[in-house]
Parts: sequence; structure tokens; C-alpha cells
Amino acid sequence: MSARKPLEGIRIIDLSVVWAGAFAATLLADLGAEVIKVENVHVWQPMTRGTVARPPHAAIAAGAGWATGYPHGTPGPRPWNHAPSFVQMFRNKYSVTIDLLTDDGREAFGRLVECSDALVENNAAGTLEKLQIGPDFLQQRRQDLIVLRMPAYGQTGPYREARALGVHLESVMGHTMLRGYPDLDPSYITPIYSGDYVAGAHGAFAVMAALRHRRRTGEGQLIEMAQAECAGGMLAQAFMDYSLNGRLQERIGNGSLEDDVPHGVYPARSHGTGADGGDRWIAITVLNDDHWRGLRSAMRNPEWAAGSELEHIEGRRAARHLIEQELSAWTSERDDYALFHVLQWHGVPAAPILAAPRVLNDPHVQARGLNQACTLADGVGPFRFNGPFYRFEHTPVDLYKPPVALGEDNHYVYGELLGYSAEEIEALETTGRIGLDFDHEIP
Amino acid sequence: MAVALDGIRVLDLGEGIAGDYATKLCADFGADVLKIEPLHGETLRWQPPFKDGIPGLERSGTFFWFNTNKRSLALDLTAPPAATVFDRLIDWCDIIVETAPPGALDALGLGWQRIHERKPNVSLLSLTPFGQDSPYRDYQLSELTLFGFAGEMYTVGTQDRAPVKMYGTAAMLESGASAATALLAAVTASELQDIGQRVDFALADAQFNGVDRRHATTIGWEFAQRQSLRAHGAAAGMLTGVYPCADGYVEFSGAELRLDRLEQMLQHPEWLQDPKWREPNAALQLDLVEEFNEQLLPWLLVRGKNDIWAAARDAGVLCAPLLTVDELFADQHFNERGFWHWLEHDGFGQFRIPGRPFIMSASPWSLRRPAPRLGEHTTECLTECGFGDAEIASLRDSGVIGG
Repeated sequence: MSARKPLEGIRIIDLSVVWAGAFAATLLADLGAEVIKVENVHVWQPMTRGTVARPPHAAIAAGAGWATGYPHGTPGPRPWNHAPSFVQMFRNKYSVTIDLLTDDGREAFGRLVECSDALVENNAAGTLEKLQIGPDFLQQRRQDLIVLRMPAYGQTGPYREARALGVHLESVMGHTMLRGYPDLDPSYITPIYSGDYVAGAHGAFAVMAALRHRRRTGEGQLIEMAQAECAGGMLAQAFMDYSLNGRLQERIGNGSLEDDVPHGVYPARSHGTGADGGDRWIAITVLNDDHWRGLRSAMRNPEWAAGSELEHIEGRRAARHLIEQELSAWTSERDDYALFHVLQWHGVPAAPILAAPRVLNDPHVQARGLNQACTLADGVGPFRFNGPFYRFEHTPVDLYKPPVALGEDNHYVYGELLGYSAEEIEALETTGRIGLDFDHEIP
Repeated sequence: MAVALDGIRVLDLGEGIAGDYATKLCADFGADVLKIEPLHGETLRWQPPFKDGIPGLERSGTFFWFNTNKRSLALDLTAPPAATVFDRLIDWCDIIVETAPPGALDALGLGWQRIHERKPNVSLLSLTPFGQDSPYRDYQLSELTLFGFAGEMYTVGTQDRAPVKMYGTAAMLESGASAATALLAAVTASELQDIGQRVDFALADAQFNGVDRRHATTIGWEFAQRQSLRAHGAAAGMLTGVYPCADGYVEFSGAELRLDRLEQMLQHPEWLQDPKWREPNAALQLDLVEEFNEQLLPWLLVRGKNDIWAAARDAGVLCAPLLTVDELFADQHFNERGFWHWLEHDGFGQFRIPGRPFIMSASPWSLRRPAPRLGEHTTECLTECGFGDAEIASLRDSGVIGG
């Protein structure tokens, strides 16, 4: 018997928006669940299949970040199938369009719930209830359904109504105040979205845990994940320091919590500047005395590093300024990949800071097959496209379905899963209730 | 009430943030996670913060948090008699998690071949920096190099400076959370298909293909040679970035700027009526952005961050205050929801930790035991595995086990 994918046979409704919920569903799809995105051609969800459905040419011409990066620089007739910041969330998934604002649509959705095992959503609090498809509706249609809700701050408490992207969660959870350059005002801190992915991974974990519970007891359940709370682990050391010692940590930039020396990002030989993307940097982390001896021999034992006092962390901390200065002088004359290999050869954890264009050419990324040739909807491509990122020996985890276009699986879902006749499906299409295009009124 | 992962036995040979977090998630939701620690304790025991700032084997707050609900067996896997103990532990468990360099377990004779021959439906999840077969498989990785090389660090910071990392060990935690999904998927396959297998998880790959904008910047380049750079200076755009206010800072996002909602938040000021703010590319014109922020700042600077956020919540504006850790511990929302969990520690008394990462209505998170002392469960676990008192005493006398 050949092995099946770990979650084969599990069907999951994906009502997610933006990144966090979508990533949870992506991981479950990678593991073999049949994940069906339920979308509405009459409703545009911002930051889910793009910022807007039809990005204006002026925005693209002006190079506005979120509006650019479509294949070959053109959005094409259906930009929502190709938006570069979102399309990677659609691999291995199915898409059906259902107009949840109508009674007929809700009935179709109800039928889909009946033949599904779980539902994943991360809409603003109260969205499902407004659509009259809240937990009561869901449980009525399927008693043992697993429902994962991922509101930003939870379903209860004073902040439950707050709208948020990942960047806001990080601010509230204290992350933003604890990262960035220690000597610059916090207004220089770059927005990041790591909270989305932490929540997404936890979401996939939670659904699998609930599936196991259901296998053993027959019982479904509601999982409430406040994305903010879920991101708490990223701040574990800061929380524990305050909890145990009443100590408030401060920003330390590229330093380590252990105050290792040297530990930072140093200039490598560059081909340009930060303004043109040609700057090169090497991260070097000397976490113990062995690493220091390795660094010293990688540099061919320069005189400035010869002192025995530098073989211990106290000595290196005392000589911090000298070390930083001399190390930068050494690295700035060398290529970052050359530094990477020579430092690792000597047992020092070091690596270039990779700008995105260099990722696809990295020997590791290529050897691991992290990206696979993939043609998008409407025959666009092929492109090197990111797939699942871990490997199972027997139960395959791979890119088995290219990123799904809006409504691509309407016939499969309505016809095979929900039992609609060909005529009924055609009627939905001709009246514009379902389709492959967002409503033309939507900008 | 039932716990979701009750009955799953995880043999945890791992050390460090990523592995410990993957197994913590399992332990916190009911799995029986047995840490096999070297006799000197695993690395996290020596990572700050320490109680009162004094390093010690049983003093690390980091270790406390990342090892709740686990048991500890101190075992010197490099000592030859450890193999017989290891065999019984294979019999005991459903899955093994390890973080040793590729080949290290094999070199001890404790690798996949031994495991698989002994118990075919046990899986081995190997968490390594670059995986088992990468050209970099022997390279080391730290938090900074993980985020710098594989994550989206290049675009964090300003153009005239070096890129800058996230807090603490955030990237390791991201990779560890993803590893937890691989762990549970392997257990699922084992339970449903009676399959034991190797799972090869590279911490770097979770960053390259999974986390925070790395996919977006990579695909943007692949699709259209779009470059993603660090900001020119302070990141303020047309309502984007971190802004000062009366008592700190607030963060806005213009990713989906809704001027109607902003008008409501600011109570319909005259300056915002000007149609120029509604031009399609207003947010791309630097002089307009500057003027916008000049108009907005006086309103922000006389208000506190929590008041601003309350107004933003009422109006549906994307906004958040930059809270500090002490504010978060005192915060009404998180206290009401029970985010902070009081832990009773027999040396340090009561203190708070972040509790459940999510709420499962039918199979909830629970704190059954605090993080273990080194070797706290050595005797208990060996007895469970069928070793007699004399055998245990002999292993202890010969320095193979501790605790």
C-alpha cells in the first residue's frame, strides 16, 4: 500500500483573508487536506487577492509597492489571480465562488459545511455573524465541525472590535518597542508581519489537534485564536524577564540577549548601496569562545585579535569597540558568500543578509527544491514558485496543485460536492451569482 | 475534560528554541513529552533571563517557558550503555524529535536505522539549520543568521544602515511553530496509516518559503524583477508607520487607507475635506505625504496612545499603540481574557507566564506541570520503561544517567 498524504480525505473550508488564516489553510493543504477557498465575486476583501481588484495603471507606473510585481509588470485581465504578495497562499487549494449575501448562497454554503470537516477564518470580529453563518449556523449544519476563528485580539475583551494587520499585533504585544536601532527614534522602525505566520502555523497545528480529538471522541469544537496572544512566544524572554525580575528590556538592535561579542551585521564588499539594492552584509555571531577562536583563524590570526583576554567573553566585551572596527574592516573587503563559507569552515555561525533577488539562485534553495516551476492561471508563467518547505519520507508533502484562480473549481464543488445539476450551475453563472471575475463595479 | 493530544508520546532529544517550542505546543495540549537531556542540561537552561540575573541550571526564565508540561530524563547518549536505555525509549514513544547536526545520531549508533528496525511506526523529526542533504548541511545557524539569510531581514531598517533583526529569538520561534505542524502531521500519519518515517525539517526553509514577506519579495522579483529595499528614512507615509503621540507611539497602516474612517476618527477636520487627498496616487507624492503628516501630528501629539487607539477602533481605522511589556502585564484586555497564567514554582514562588496560545473549547490548554528540573523524572521514566531498581542504580553509578 502506498502512503497517503497525512491529511488526505479531510475537507476544509477556507474563509480566510490576508495572510494569517490563509497561511494556516495553506499548511493544511500542503499536508493533503482538500482546502476550498470560498469567495464572493461581489465582495472584494482587501489584501487578500491584492490591494484592489483592478490596480490603476498610474499606481503601477508610479511603482507603489503593493500594486506592483504582477507577472511581467502587467496585471492582466484577472489581476486577482496573479497578485505577487498573495498568490503563494493559493497553492494546493481549490476555489469556489458563493454569494453569501443571498439566501441561495447561504444554502449552498450550508451544504458545503455538511460535507466538510473544518472551517478556517480570520475575518474581523462579527463578520460571520453578520453574514448569518456564525457558529450556531455551522453547528446546525454539521454537528462535529471544527471551526478555527483567528480574530486579531479575540472574541472577547475591550479590543475585540479592533481592526488589525500583523504589524499592529506586534505593536500591541510589545514587539515593535523591542526591535530596531537602539539609537534611533521608534518612528524609524520598519513594519513587519511575522505575527501572521506565527498565527498561521499555530492555526494549522490547532486544526490537526482538533481532528485528533474528533477521531477519538466524535466531537467537533470551536477554536478561538487571538492572533496577538499567539504571537506572545516571540517575546518570551522579555515577558519572563519582567515576570521574574521586574526588569524591562530595551532595544538592542542586532545584539544578542546574552550580549555576545562580536554579534552583528558587518559590511561586505558591495556592488551598490541600500538605495539600489546592491549593498552586501554579513551577519556574524560569536556565541562562545570556540567561535571566537574560529573567527580568529578565519581572519588568519591578525595581531589585534591575538590577546588571550579576548578568548573570554568578558575580555571581548571590554574590547567591543576595537573588535567591531577591525572586524568591519576585514569583512568590507570581502564578498559575502566568500565570508560565509570561510567562517562556517572555521565553525562560526555566519551568513550573508540575502536580498530577495539572490534567494532563487542560492545553492541551498536550489538543492532543496524549495521553488518549483509553476504556471499560473491563464497560462501565465512558468515561474519559480515557492512550495511546501518540509519533507516527509513516505507521506508526500509537495506542490500538487498550482495557485488557484478565483472560481476555478465552481463546477467541481457545485456539481460533485453539492449535487447541483448542470442547468442549475449554468443559471448561477449566467445570472452572475458565481463566476471567474469580480463584479465589474469593484475597482 | 479531554486534552487533544492525550496519549501521544514524544521522545524529545532536541535543544534550543525551535525544537523546544515545537514540543512545548504538543505538551501544552496534552502530549507526554519526555526530554532527554545531557547530564549538564540542555542549552536553553543557560539562556537568559535568569531569576535575579544569576545564571544557573534551574534559573532560566526562557527554559521555564519553553518547557512547560514536559518531563526530563538526564541521559548521556554518548556513553555506550545508553543504547540499551535508548532502545526501551524507542519502544515507549510514538515520535522522536532531534536537533543534532546531520549524521550525529547515526555516529552514536542511535540513528534512523536503529529506530526503524526496532519500531517501524515511529517517526523521526529532524530539525536542523539547513536540512539533511543541503550543501550547507554542516553549517551552523543562530537567530541573527537565520533571519538574515533566510528571512526577510534585508528590508528591515533604513537604507543608510545595516539591516536590523527582530526581537530576541522571534525567527527561531517562527520556524519552531512551523515545525510543530510537521510533528503533528507525522503523528497523524503514524496513527492513521501505521507509518514511521523520517521528516526532514530545515529551520532556514521555514523562513525562505513560509514567513513574513520573504515569499512576497521573492515572488515579486521572479514575476517582475520588483526590488524590495529598506526605507529611505523614517517610515512615515500617508498614514503609514510609527508616529509619536503624547505618551509614546502609535502605529498606523496605509495598506488599505480609508479616508472616510479617518475623517470619523479625527472628527471631520476641515483640512481633510480637500479633494487632493482623494487623488488615486496621493500617497505616492512625497510633498503631499509630508503635508498630510504635518496636519495629523498636532492631533496625535495632544492625545495618549490608548485614547488614539480607542478612537481608531470606534472608526475602524487600522491602528495600534506601541505597548511596553509592563503595560501589557497590566493591560485590562489581556488580563480579562486570561492570557497571563500564574505559575507556582517551588523555588521562586508565583510568577506569570503567557498561557494558552489559543483556546480549544472541547480539549483545552492546561498547565499540568511546570518545566522540569534536570533529570527530575529519570527514575520515574526508566521505571515506566521497565528498568528495575538495581539496573537504574547501576546506570546511575556508571554515570550514564543523572537526576
